[in-house]
Amino acid sequence: MSAPTDQIPSLPKSSSLQSFLRNQLRNIAPVFTLLALVLFFSLASSSFFTMVNFMNILSQISITAIIAVGLTYVILTSEIDLSVAAVANAVGITVAYFTLQPDYVNIANLPMPGVIAIVLTLMSALAFGLVTAFGVTWIGIPSFIMTLAIMQIANGVSALLVRGQIAYSYPSLVTMLGSGSIFGIRWTIIVAILFLLIGHLILRYTRFGRYIYMTGGNREAAEYSGVNVKFIIGSVMVISAMCSGIAGMLAVAYFGSAQQNQFDSYLLDAIAAVVVGGTSLFGGRGGIGNTIIGLLVLGVLNNGLDHIQIDSFLKILIRGVILLMALIINVYAQKLKESE
Amino acid sequence: MMDQPDRGGGLPPLLQLTQVSKSFGGIAALKDVDFTLHAGEIHGLVGENGAGKSTTMKIIAGVYADYEGEMRVDGKPVHFRSARDALAAGIGMVHQELSTIPDLTVAENVFLGYQPLTRFGTIDWARINREAARLISSLGLDIDPKTLMGSLPVGLQQLVELSRVLFSGAKTIILDEPTSALSPPEVKRLFDVLRKIKAEGRGIIFISHFLDDVLEISDTVTVFRNGKKVATESAASLTKDAVISHMIGRGSIGMHMGESAELVSDDGKQVVLAADAIGDGKTLHNISLNLRAGEITGVYGFMGCGQVELARALFGKIKLKRGHLILNGARRNFKSTSAARKDGIAFVPENRRMMLFRTEPVYKNVSIAILGRIHRLLLKPGQERKIAATRAVDLQIRPPNPNMPLGSLSGGNQQKVALAKWLTHLPKVLILSEPTRGMDIGAKEDVIRIVKDLRDKGVAILVLSTEPETILTLANRVTVLRKGMVAKEFNSGTLFKADLLAAA
Repeated sequence: MSAPTDQIPSLPKSSSLQSFLRNQLRNIAPVFTLLALVLFFSLASSSFFTMVNFMNILSQISITAIIAVGLTYVILTSEIDLSVAAVANAVGITVAYFTLQPDYVNIANLPMPGVIAIVLTLMSALAFGLVTAFGVTWIGIPSFIMTLAIMQIANGVSALLVRGQIAYSYPSLVTMLGSGSIFGIRWTIIVAILFLLIGHLILRYTRFGRYIYMTGGNREAAEYSGVNVKFIIGSVMVISAMCSGIAGMLAVAYFGSAQQNQFDSYLLDAIAAVVVGGTSLFGGRGGIGNTIIGLLVLGVLNNGLDHIQIDSFLKILIRGVILLMALIINVYAQKLKESE
Repeated sequence: MMDQPDRGGGLPPLLQLTQVSKSFGGIAALKDVDFTLHAGEIHGLVGENGAGKSTTMKIIAGVYADYEGEMRVDGKPVHFRSARDALAAGIGMVHQELSTIPDLTVAENVFLGYQPLTRFGTIDWARINREAARLISSLGLDIDPKTLMGSLPVGLQQLVELSRVLFSGAKTIILDEPTSALSPPEVKRLFDVLRKIKAEGRGIIFISHFLDDVLEISDTVTVFRNGKKVATESAASLTKDAVISHMIGRGSIGMHMGESAELVSDDGKQVVLAADAIGDGKTLHNISLNLRAGEITGVYGFMGCGQVELARALFGKIKLKRGHLILNGARRNFKSTSAARKDGIAFVPENRRMMLFRTEPVYKNVSIAILGRIHRLLLKPGQERKIAATRAVDLQIRPPNPNMPLGSLSGGNQQKVALAKWLTHLPKVLILSEPTRGMDIGAKEDVIRIVKDLRDKGVAILVLSTEPETILTLANRVTVLRKGMVAKEFNSGTLFKADLLAAA
């Protein structure tokens, strides 16, 4: 018989402020990091704190933002998707593959009318998501390994489609959204904001969103409450692949070219944005709001380091250190919460 | 009793407890217990859950260092601070949950933590395999020491674990529920091995709920009740009935609520969910059960008898290998818990943690199972809070604040929240595993009242418990499980606690 000591209601905390800080560490720390970085770069460089540069930063993080929306969903269920950058690359190349290329591009491709090219490309993104979902939920491969395999497969698809060449043409809609502007604002920023907004609304205000949080918070309890946990996890893998795919499509137009290995930095950036923002690596806590802060922290950091004169090789190291600090805070915040 | 003649030929007993007491937070768990184990003796230990058996064993095995009274090993006073101390003094334990490692070989398991080295500092595999083989065959077993542990049946795994304890040099061996997962031939083989060990002059403490097994193998039997030792007698002079009457105190039958119950069942009531000869290929074998609208069916059995699995099989969590379920007269095998929920099956597992989201507010815990009924597309947290507040009043959840994080509620109130999530839209079938375990009296009575109320509203209820009182208090009919099979059914008449204990 268990001693009657196992479930004592937790005593009121000595200070409600302290308790608030404990609970909110994961949300407060990223905001302070952002403010500190903005302050630092504003003082260190005269060209940093300008409207032009602000729009620059937004534009630089817009593609990562679209990927990060899907990844936030995945991480909230305490899974991971390592294939996001590779899928973005493969899908970006796919849309070019279905588009008529200039004569000097030597790729044996299948040109289609723009709308059909876009639909086929979206279906390829869906296919990546469905295969991942099938492997993770049906077969039971851990998402870490499954998405590693999908990463390799997507890289293979990219390689086969362009065969070392570079493609330059895309359907006009993709070109407009990826590289055009409206009222001086890049379409990618608008698309990213739309994705973040819709992503946030679904997470916070729909049943599906609630199930994602509950599945991440306590998968067993969700299952015993009659939540179809496999469906939820499969769905977030598909959502992640779709976000990555759309980001990839826009990015090739944003870059002006579609080729292999052009998204290499996006995997780390997207994961870093979600985690730096404070979404729990163990699932169940965080959200799009956190991801937005994380994206801004990363964007300000990447951009700011260009404004101050610093060894460009050191930048890579600094990003790593910032990510490590964010991981420490992330895990520490989880422990604080659990120790309550 | 403690002045029994020494059977060790003038040697002091292997183990002797004198006036040992232990309390948790001011509540006495063990009062003035005397206990003696001699060399070459198998000493059976019986008593209900919470009677003090495990507490006693944990003191002997060094798990609890904080107790009153005296313990002697080989006549010398000892006070263990850790399990390591106890092991060093020659006391080893084989737990009900085996701690063997399935992916290692038998020999590696026997030598876990003691790998002998060659003179080059590498592990001496030849010696490990040779000595493991010798040890195993000395117990009369025929197992290749290079076999993977996981490929052996559970009965043999247990014997390998036992040989590991022997190998570590234990002179006193504590066996906790060693027969609960064993088939009759496996029990017989275990007993053969135990008799060999006993003949070597070691002492065995045999803890079990299976009284037939205890009486067959033990030389002496000690009975615990309510934290006290109530009898120590030679097994030959005891009968099963006599043991049961010591365990529950015959004199008090009928005195307290829960000691016996009148079963009032009605075969005319509609069967909502039936299990037809179901099995999961592992624990459950050929179980048939009818759950009727407006009745509470109790399932009683000892820990490990299969209730945990039965509950999950009915809720779509464990896949059936044999047989099928029948819902309202039609065959229906649930592919997932979500399918079961949609068909009106509700389940509250034995462990609150499995069911609840500790860091989420109470209202989200209450609404999770009914979100689809509250709204079509968008969440309505206001309505969720309102529903949670209503449930909090119905079920007397304290404090009745739906915004509190669940983890800040007491255990009993958390259990009520686990119930509350199924009560806004009445389920057709409610499966409750250990609904009152570990709760204080007040919360327990609340839960009992709620469950009876639901029954009166026509819900078919299944209550699974290892506590006879829970079953007697709630059930209209009772099925007793034993080793994953239906051992006995009680549908009417007066059911005594002793009947349950004897049948399981």
